[in-house]
Parts: sequence; C-alpha cells; structure tokens
Amino acid sequence: MTDETNLVDGPRGPKPKRAFTRRNIFVYGTLLLFAVYYLLPLWVMVVTSLKGMPEIRMGNIFSPPVEVTFQPWVKAWSEACTGINCDGLSRGFWNSIKILIPSTIVSILIASINGYALSKWRFKGSETFFAILVLGAFIPYQIMIYPIVILLREAGLYGSLWGLVLVHTIFGMPIMTLLFRNYFTGIPDELFKAARVDGAGFWGIFIKIMLPMSLPIIVVAMILQITGIWNDFLFGVIYTKPDLYPMTVQLNNIVNSVQGVKEYNVNMAATLLTGLVPLVIYFISGKLFVRGIAAGAVKG
Amino acid sequence: MSNNMQSSISIRDLKLSFGSFDVLKNLNLEIGKGEFLVLLGSSGCGKSTLLNCIAGLLDVTDGQIFINGKNVTWEEPSDRGIGMVFQSYALYPQMTVKGNLAFGLKNAKVPKAEIEKRIARTAEVLQIESLLTRKPAALSGGQRQRVAIGRALVRHVDVFLFDEPLSNLDAKLRADLRVEIKRLHHQLKNTMIYVTHDQVEAMTLADRIAIMKGGVVMQLDSPSIIYNRPANKYVADFIGSPAMNFYQGTLDKDNNFRGDGLSLSVTGYPFEEGRVAQNQQVWLGIRPEHIRSADAAQQCAVQMGAIVELVEPMGSDTQIWSVVDKQNYRFRVDGQTEMTEGDSIRIGFDPENLSLFDRDSELRL
Repeated sequence: MTDETNLVDGPRGPKPKRAFTRRNIFVYGTLLLFAVYYLLPLWVMVVTSLKGMPEIRMGNIFSPPVEVTFQPWVKAWSEACTGINCDGLSRGFWNSIKILIPSTIVSILIASINGYALSKWRFKGSETFFAILVLGAFIPYQIMIYPIVILLREAGLYGSLWGLVLVHTIFGMPIMTLLFRNYFTGIPDELFKAARVDGAGFWGIFIKIMLPMSLPIIVVAMILQITGIWNDFLFGVIYTKPDLYPMTVQLNNIVNSVQGVKEYNVNMAATLLTGLVPLVIYFISGKLFVRGIAAGAVKG
Repeated sequence: MSNNMQSSISIRDLKLSFGSFDVLKNLNLEIGKGEFLVLLGSSGCGKSTLLNCIAGLLDVTDGQIFINGKNVTWEEPSDRGIGMVFQSYALYPQMTVKGNLAFGLKNAKVPKAEIEKRIARTAEVLQIESLLTRKPAALSGGQRQRVAIGRALVRHVDVFLFDEPLSNLDAKLRADLRVEIKRLHHQLKNTMIYVTHDQVEAMTLADRIAIMKGGVVMQLDSPSIIYNRPANKYVADFIGSPAMNFYQGTLDKDNNFRGDGLSLSVTGYPFEEGRVAQNQQVWLGIRPEHIRSADAAQQCAVQMGAIVELVEPMGSDTQIWSVVDKQNYRFRVDGQTEMTEGDSIRIGFDPENLSLFDRDSELRL
C-alpha cells in the first residue's frame, strides 16, 4: 500500500526551477559585470559630450549633466578647427561617404563574381589562384604601403579619392572573395546544373539564380566592408591629402590639436559622431541579416 | 554516321577520368527511341557520372555521345534536347513554381503566349495547377519533385534524364511517384534514362536495366533476364532481396555439384551456350523464393532437413533464415507461417532454378 501512495504523491509534471541557483548567479553576474565594463566608457562619453566645460572641470565624470547642452555636438560637426579649415567634422564625413560608397559597391560586386567563378566554374588552376588570393589576406598591410604609393603615383591617382577607393577595393578582395566563394560552395551544385540544362549561361546563372539567393552574405559583406573602410585611418592618411581626409583622420586632428584648451565635450561628441555610421549599419543590417537568413532557408 | 536510326542515344567508347582515376571505361551503350533505361549500381559505380556526361554537365575525356543521330559531345546541356530531374529537386528557391517552369523557356526565347500554354498543359498533366503561384519552400517533397519533373516536361524534349529522383522521399511517396513516372512514360513515350541504386525502382520502371560497377556495364538486359539469368555473380548478388544464397563447390563432368555440404546433380540446368562444366570450381546460387519448405519440399529434386535460426515477419511474407550443416539457407514463406526459431523443417529446390557461376571469372555458366 505504501508503494501505491508513493507513486500517487510522487513528482508529476514539469520539474520546478529555482531562480537563484549558484549557477545562475555566476552566469548572470559575469554577464552583468562585462556589460557594465563595456558600457561605462560609452556612458562617460555621452554624458561628457552633453556637459559644458565648467561642469566637466568639476570632475564628476560619471554623473549625468546638470545642464544639458548640445553646443559641443554642433561645434564638433561644423565649427571645430583642424589646421586652417574650421568647418568641423562635416567635411570629413562627406569625404568618408564618397570613399565608402564606391569602395563597398565595387569590392562586393567583383568579389561576388570571383567567388561565383571560383566555386561553380572551376577551371584549371582555380584552386591555385584562390590560394594566392587568400594568401593576400595574411600579408601585413605595412609591407605594401610604399609600393602602392608608387603604383598610385604612376597611375596618376595618388592623393585622389579614387586612388583610395582603388586601394580599399583591392585590400578587401581576398576576404570578400573567400566569403562569397564559401557561400556559393554551399549552394547545391544541382541547382547550378539545373540552370545550365535550362539554358542559362555564366551571367544568367549569376544574376538570376545566385545573386537573389545571396542576400544574407551580401549583408555580411556590407557590414564588414562598411565598418572596415569607415574605420580605416592608415590608408586615408597616406593616400589622400588634407582636403580629402576621411572622417577618422579628421577626428584625430581635432582631438589631438595642440593649441588651446582641450575641449573634452567637443572631442567626445566628435568621436561619437564618427562612430555613429558603423553603429547605424549594425542596427539596420542586423534586422536585414536575420530576414536574409530566413529568406535563404529553402532547402530540399 | 547514323547506322541505327532507331536509337535515340548512342554512346561510343565513352571514357572519363579524374586525374589517373578512370570513372568510366570505354563505355558503349545504345538506347532506343522511347526506351526506359535504368542505370543501376551501388554508389561510386559511375552511373550518375554517365548521366552527367549525357547531359553535358561533365566534359568527357574521350568518346562520343549522339542524341537523335546528332553528335552532341561538345554541345551545351541546353542544346542537347534533354530535360533533367535531380535528387534534391534543385528548384530555384526565389522563383514561384510558374517561374521555375518558365525559366528554361525564357532562356530559349520562347514567345510568352506559348510559355503560358505549355505551363498550363504541364501543370495539368502533373496536377500542380493549384501550386503555380507558390514558392518551392511552401511545397512538400512530393510536390517539389513533381514541379522538377514539370520543369523537364515543359521544355518539350525527347530525352528525360532522372538522377535518383525519388531518393529523398519517404517510402510511400516514393511508391506513388514511381507509378506516376511509369504512367508518364506510357503517356509521353519519351526516351528516359533513370539513375537509381534502388533495385525495386529499376525492376518496376525499366524496359532495360544497365547494371554498372567500376565504370563498366556488367549487364544490360530486360529486368526479367537480369533477375532470372544474371550474367555474373555480382549482378546475381546485387539484384534480389533478400540476396541470393551462394555455395562454393566443384562441378564434375557428369554435372554433379559437390561442396558446402551439398551434393546434387544439376542435370536440367540451362547452361549458357558454349560453356561446359569440366571439373570446374563454381558458385552455386539459389534465389530465396526458389527454396521450398514443408509439403512443397517433398516434390523437389533436392531435399534436406534444416533448423530454423531466425524468423523475420514482413507482413505479406516472412523471411526464414535456416541452417543446414553450418550453411545458411535464406528463403521466403507465406506471411501467416507458424514456423518459429529452433523448428526442424524440410527444405528443397529444383536444379532448373539455380544459377551457376565460374569461381574465377564469376561469369554465368
């Protein structure tokens, strides 16, 4: 009889879960700690950029602004001086845009064609060609800086925006090609064969079959290229001239200018402004990215 | 050269090598107009490779391919007058069913009105009218494969190539679609080449079966000949489920087989022409369904006592694994049998149903 009652009164249904186990405290505690660690600098930057200089001098860098002012943001965007130009970061912003758009489009376009040819139209030596291309991704940039200066000079592109666009396109090529090749390799060969039987050629298959299926990877490539090119400092400072400096170079010149008082609030605002573009890209494309993956998820 | 106007596809000395590895070795094949040919073999035998060569998706190393009397060895796949159906369906995911059907026709610059007409007709034949506006992701496996067949159908080609089209479907759907493909063949009378590793599909669909192994055709014959008179031991072993029972032994000049606990006269065995036994080392093969048990065994020329080792009920029939002198004898009985493991039974068979193979060449005697 006791056995019978034990069976009736024994556990039944879902096992109860406790919120404050040692494991949970450890996991969430660690996550919280690192979240604070990463977010604190951002907090300091945002609040400082919204304070006036007198308030900053009082030294409470973590406290929110007593009196909110957007003056530092306005100054950083349109009034801060670098050398003889006193039109703030805006000039650098538009330069960066002019560099970013063609570089991103051209590099992704070429890399996607490369990746497609290397994965679906294997030719004699295509593996070797690919190996050489990928090797390019591992050679330190510094080695190539001077030769490229000479190449650009000979081509008459040195110091121009188009020269920098060319440099970004070339340097993005190995990793972009790798990305697209691997993605296209994952698309079943039978799909490609079916299109050939249906009479589509190299470009027909690329444009009508492959490209519509590659939205997710195009978004990934865009994130990589946009953030990479936007954050570039080295190529920008070497291959352009002061009038054409991208935003990052201009930011450096504003923050590191030696004359006068250090305007921490303007510097913070300028830095946030420069970081805004990659940030926005992440937010927008993050959503697109998820949708892209869902759209690509059609397997037999 | 069109020495045979009746043949739809003719493959001459076809060779394909990857590096030093020969996938297809000087293969010759004539496929008649309207014939249903099944290429059957285990994986790696070259059957899919051969199909891809016919389709023009693989460049051949040597040899020629003719389709309808025209040398297409160097032609693009789309210019060969073929339609192809793949194992993974290979539907274009971003296009609707209608778009999938229209894609090949648009590439061939077929007029719009004609495209509409052909799609409507194809959809009717395959009963996919209600699916035309859907994307492949919204279709079931069977529906997808039907659309894939439609994509070949809509192009009005003479030759259909199927690359294991039913392998991704579950057993019931596979049986349904198999019947449908057969019906379609009766209706269209196109030449069809069908690659599969499933012997049931091969036996049920084919006019002729080509059994391949290691890039060579082992036997090319009608299903019944392949089943009843396999040309060699590999074919005999490959076709039939459960597999044929094999015993080693010697055949003396008086047609007495001795070996593996068996001693019997094979007088009455239909020898191949010109192949006579002279104290030969042979394999003796018996299909499971040719072994009789219980009362039926009493009428057989060869009889023996056996112990039932294992009973496998399959529903409609039951497979029995029995042992005589440490030799296994698999055979099939009615599904309602009352045999159980450990039973002593009598089994028997007749010599005319045997298969004999030379031990060295493994060719049929």
